[in-house]
Amino acid sequence: MAPIFSSHFKSLGRTPPSIVFAIFCLALFGLITLFVELDLIATDYRVTHYSQVYLPPSFEFPMGTDFLGRDMLSRALHGVSIALIVGFLSAFIATVIGLLLGVIAGFWGGLWDEFIVWLYTTLDSIPSLLLILALSFVLGQGLEHLFLVLGLTSWVSLCRLIRSEVIKQRSLEYILTAQALGVGQIRQIYYYILPNILHIALIQFALIFVYAIKAEVILSFLGLGVEPGEPSWGVIINDAKSELTQGIWWGLFIATTLMFLLIFSVNLITDFMRKKLDPQYHSSH
Amino acid sequence: MKRYFLRRFLYTFPTLFGVSLVLFFIFNGIGGDPAYQLAGKNASLEQIENLRQQLGTHQSLLHQYKDFLWQTVTLDWGQSWYFKENINSMLLKGLGPSLALTVPSFFFTLLLALSVALSFSYFRSEKSHSLLTWFCLSLMSVSFLTFIIVFQYLFAFKWGLFPINGWSQDFPFVLSFLLLPWFISIIVSVGPDILIYRTLFQEEINKDYVKTAQAKGLLTTQILYKHILKNSMLPILSLLLSRIPQLLLGSLLLESFFGIPGLGGIMIQALQNADFPMVKAITMMSSLVYILLNLLADLLFLLFDPRVELK
Repeated sequence: MAPIFSSHFKSLGRTPPSIVFAIFCLALFGLITLFVELDLIATDYRVTHYSQVYLPPSFEFPMGTDFLGRDMLSRALHGVSIALIVGFLSAFIATVIGLLLGVIAGFWGGLWDEFIVWLYTTLDSIPSLLLILALSFVLGQGLEHLFLVLGLTSWVSLCRLIRSEVIKQRSLEYILTAQALGVGQIRQIYYYILPNILHIALIQFALIFVYAIKAEVILSFLGLGVEPGEPSWGVIINDAKSELTQGIWWGLFIATTLMFLLIFSVNLITDFMRKKLDPQYHSSH
Repeated sequence: MKRYFLRRFLYTFPTLFGVSLVLFFIFNGIGGDPAYQLAGKNASLEQIENLRQQLGTHQSLLHQYKDFLWQTVTLDWGQSWYFKENINSMLLKGLGPSLALTVPSFFFTLLLALSVALSFSYFRSEKSHSLLTWFCLSLMSVSFLTFIIVFQYLFAFKWGLFPINGWSQDFPFVLSFLLLPWFISIIVSVGPDILIYRTLFQEEINKDYVKTAQAKGLLTTQILYKHILKNSMLPILSLLLSRIPQLLLGSLLLESFFGIPGLGGIMIQALQNADFPMVKAITMMSSLVYILLNLLADLLFLLFDPRVELK
């Protein structure tokens, strides 16, 4: 978009193998989601086989079957798409709100700032878990409620960081110069400030993404997640709590493994981005 | 100083007002009429009307808001629908077990994370640091729920090292119920903490006074304990202070899996049984405590750090 932002990436240098691995995993998960949503793979995730309940992994069912005889691998792959959708949309909603309010508060200040700071102080004063629980409690189950609730409740720290960074940037010489040259305010924000704060939004986006996927598991355990029957990882892991004592480990195993791969990849990339994109991040080596 | 105290204190009022508005909006606004949800699909109009009378939802929103504020001010939340008990006394009863779960694991985690981060700051090789990062990131990539299910299965069910769940009033005996939940809670929270503390220590290590200390010939351990740890204490302290309010709430998941009769368990049961007054009371009460403790933390921080700018 703007030249300043791309210069951040030029300084990345050699990409370590762990990051290559993480990007490969994310691409794979993206492809799985695409194919699942297009109904190309894992189409039998709802097909029940009552004579084949709790089958251990075999050639026909690579990850076994669940209590209704449904193919566990198909269900877990569907879980990939649910997790990516929940994570991505929650992070998207939170980033848009946080970025918009943070820039408004930081750039224009005054009453806008007072109001926005009041708004996020208020939201921050309610323990976040309880806020999420209360919201999902009144909204009820469902995928669209899930990302709405998680997105609406997790923009505060992003907004706070963006606001203070915009306040800092606003008084720097390049902005003063732009003002002196008569650059319009919207243009100042879009072409000058935004490229310099976007790395914060990017890192926060990744953090909220991970947070939302983990929160989905906990909300599903509480019966506040996706609708029953939808194979989210939270539902699959939650089913395992009574099954593990009977030696049925495959559902828990596949859901946890896939979730681990996804979150670990995002965590690795976030850590890398932080080191490389954030000038404030000091590292001894 | 006094003016800052006063300003900070007065700012809690608009926050309180905001919190009450948000929670009222959640429960009475978007939630719709809880009477319909409670009564179920086959309720007659008469039953719904009865419920609305009980709930007060037949009145205007302004009136309902006034009632809500009055409840908050008097701290009188009435009776729980599900437990049929006074809400305040239930919350008080739940506080003890919740604190017994969270406070010790809070301190164990702090000690463990600080010592790991500090000792890795001593070894400055790149390899050991990436290993530590990988280790912490992988701990952070496993679901809390998986940790609980697997550890409860292995340690309690399969190997019988701990009771599967339960609670007791005797002091030493109750420890057997707490050890495993403490352990899980430490495993879950130690990863991110090590990374945060390490970043803070690294920031200090890059400062000039460390070079001076090295040039003077101080031992690395001396520099770490006497200078770096002390100087990073303030950000660590503010982080810890901001977490204290969460300790009161206990842990939803751990309490429900291990049968600990704390606030988290009460909250889960209230949620599962659509116990509106209980959910409302827990949310509002904990927000009140949150605001108060945050105020206290800010003031404490001011006392610890004379450098904080007073605007």
